[in-house]
Amino acid sequence: MKKIFFALILSIFTLQNAHGLITVDITRGNLDPLPIAVSPLHVDSKSEKISSFETSKLGEEISKIVEKNFKSTGLFNPLKKDSFVQKPDIAHLKPRFEDWRLIKAQALVTGKLLIIDKKLKVEFRLWDLTAAKEMIALSFTTTPNNWRRVAHIISDKIYERLTGETGYFDTRIAYVSETGPKNRRVKKLALMDQDGFNTKYLTLGNELVLTPRFNPTNQLVTYLSYFKNMPRVYLLDIETGVQEVVGNFPGMTFAPRFSPDGKKIIMSFAKDGNSDIYSMDLETRVVEQITKHPSIDTSPSYSPDGKYITFNSDRSGLQQIYVMRSDGTKVKRITHGSGLYGTPVWSPRGDLIAFTKVRKGRFYIGVMRSDGTGERLLTENFYQEAPSWSPNGRVLIFYRETKSDSKGKGFSAKLWSIDITGYNERRLKTETDASDPSWSSLLSK
Amino acid sequence: MKFNKAIKNLFIVLFSTLLISACSTAKKANVDTVDDVYTGTDTVEFLAKGVPDRIFFATNKSNLTTASRDTLRKQATWMRKNKDVTVTVEGHADERGTREYNLALGERRANAAKDYLMTYGVSGKRISVISYGKERPVNPASSPLAWSQNRRSVTVKAN
Repeated sequence: MKKIFFALILSIFTLQNAHGLITVDITRGNLDPLPIAVSPLHVDSKSEKISSFETSKLGEEISKIVEKNFKSTGLFNPLKKDSFVQKPDIAHLKPRFEDWRLIKAQALVTGKLLIIDKKLKVEFRLWDLTAAKEMIALSFTTTPNNWRRVAHIISDKIYERLTGETGYFDTRIAYVSETGPKNRRVKKLALMDQDGFNTKYLTLGNELVLTPRFNPTNQLVTYLSYFKNMPRVYLLDIETGVQEVVGNFPGMTFAPRFSPDGKKIIMSFAKDGNSDIYSMDLETRVVEQITKHPSIDTSPSYSPDGKYITFNSDRSGLQQIYVMRSDGTKVKRITHGSGLYGTPVWSPRGDLIAFTKVRKGRFYIGVMRSDGTGERLLTENFYQEAPSWSPNGRVLIFYRETKSDSKGKGFSAKLWSIDITGYNERRLKTETDASDPSWSSLLSK
Repeated sequence: MKFNKAIKNLFIVLFSTLLISACSTAKKANVDTVDDVYTGTDTVEFLAKGVPDRIFFATNKSNLTTASRDTLRKQATWMRKNKDVTVTVEGHADERGTREYNLALGERRANAAKDYLMTYGVSGKRISVISYGKERPVNPASSPLAWSQNRRSVTVKAN
């Protein structure tokens, strides 16, 4: 466990600030992705050998990860390397812009790396080929084991420079790994890099676990566990593996989420057939009842400023989405469309709420403004739910289940993502079937 | 010619009547639900002779049908006779709802059963409840029949 949260000794120096001309508009579906050439990073011949991987191939590997990240956004079109015209080390010093333009590239990424004193030193540059200018030049130092993260950080910096938005590549996904037949599913908490690598299992599968969610610093996960057949909200320290039950409730607690400052957990507590929303302060352990209504109130999510809570309730007779102040006052229903609405999640930007909608036996993932106006349904399927936001509020991850036949065959649960533009729907690779995804914030800010 | 045609038409009419009646019998045999609530016996087990262990619910609902109340009264009678027995009432939902809402719904269904057992003289101390939401389907198919069998509350002997 320790390995994955290896302290990242990361120092980013801006070598030179430059003004480029190319920008990528991410507010609409991109029909014309930006052609970008990612040159393999030049590996300095003075580099030390590292036992866990082949140093000479590291530059190539890092560039491949960057390309894959770019491709996954749908905003960039990474060009094939066999058409590249300059050696990595020479291109990194000063590209021949006209040669790169010949292969129709508009942007070029170059870099070099050196492993010395057991440290990995990386330098990279982004070039605007049309304007023949350098757009970013950064260097940083980390431990060699972090080489995949190096690729993600480079991707984030370039994404940020070209789109004007923060990236989401140096992030992780917590989710529930699922194996076994549909009526005897084994579920484990799992963690992976955003691109599906470095999967770790946090529980053994002895008890049912559901709905993991990161805290804002990504060190803790809160989730529901059926440990000893008592469904309760738990807290897990990812690094130490220490787990504890949250609060001392005489019944089921579920649907946990952290407050934006990470100090509280908000969740539902079910008693005598009635579920209400409660919060617990993690430091003082003070429990506060937030809703008090003889209906099901669940799936709470704070606004990023912590002032409001959105949740779903069937107090109208049907499951609908509501917004209230975080003290439980001024409850207002915000969905009025036909169908059921659930799992509201406030965007980290604060402007939108993502949700699941059920209508005429079909399931939709959608977004709307926090007053319920401007509803847009992004994707429709047999069953899908539980959207979770990318840290920049541009992409949603959710899970989708397939129909099974009369014997339960054909069932699967997979993670999918879609841009809030409604474009770029794609499946995330996971080692096993997967559900209940939670997207971390950026690991390096 | 005319006669032949008449015979032919008669056969067509007869044949289609047969088809229709075949269809309606088939329907009756396959779908054991009334008003969205499962009324069959396929998944039902017994706590004792004549005491079914489970009751069924309509989509998103937790109210008890006449048949459910009848089953629960039998369970209550059995529990009053067997004073040392304690039970867990497990509440379940079908796979057609969001996971967290289904957990709450399962809890509400289990409590509806518990409340009714208490009304008929069983101490609440002898009944614990647990919700599994949509996590433990008894029928893993994705069909209206399977969903109706999965929307259930099951009384399980705990000791």
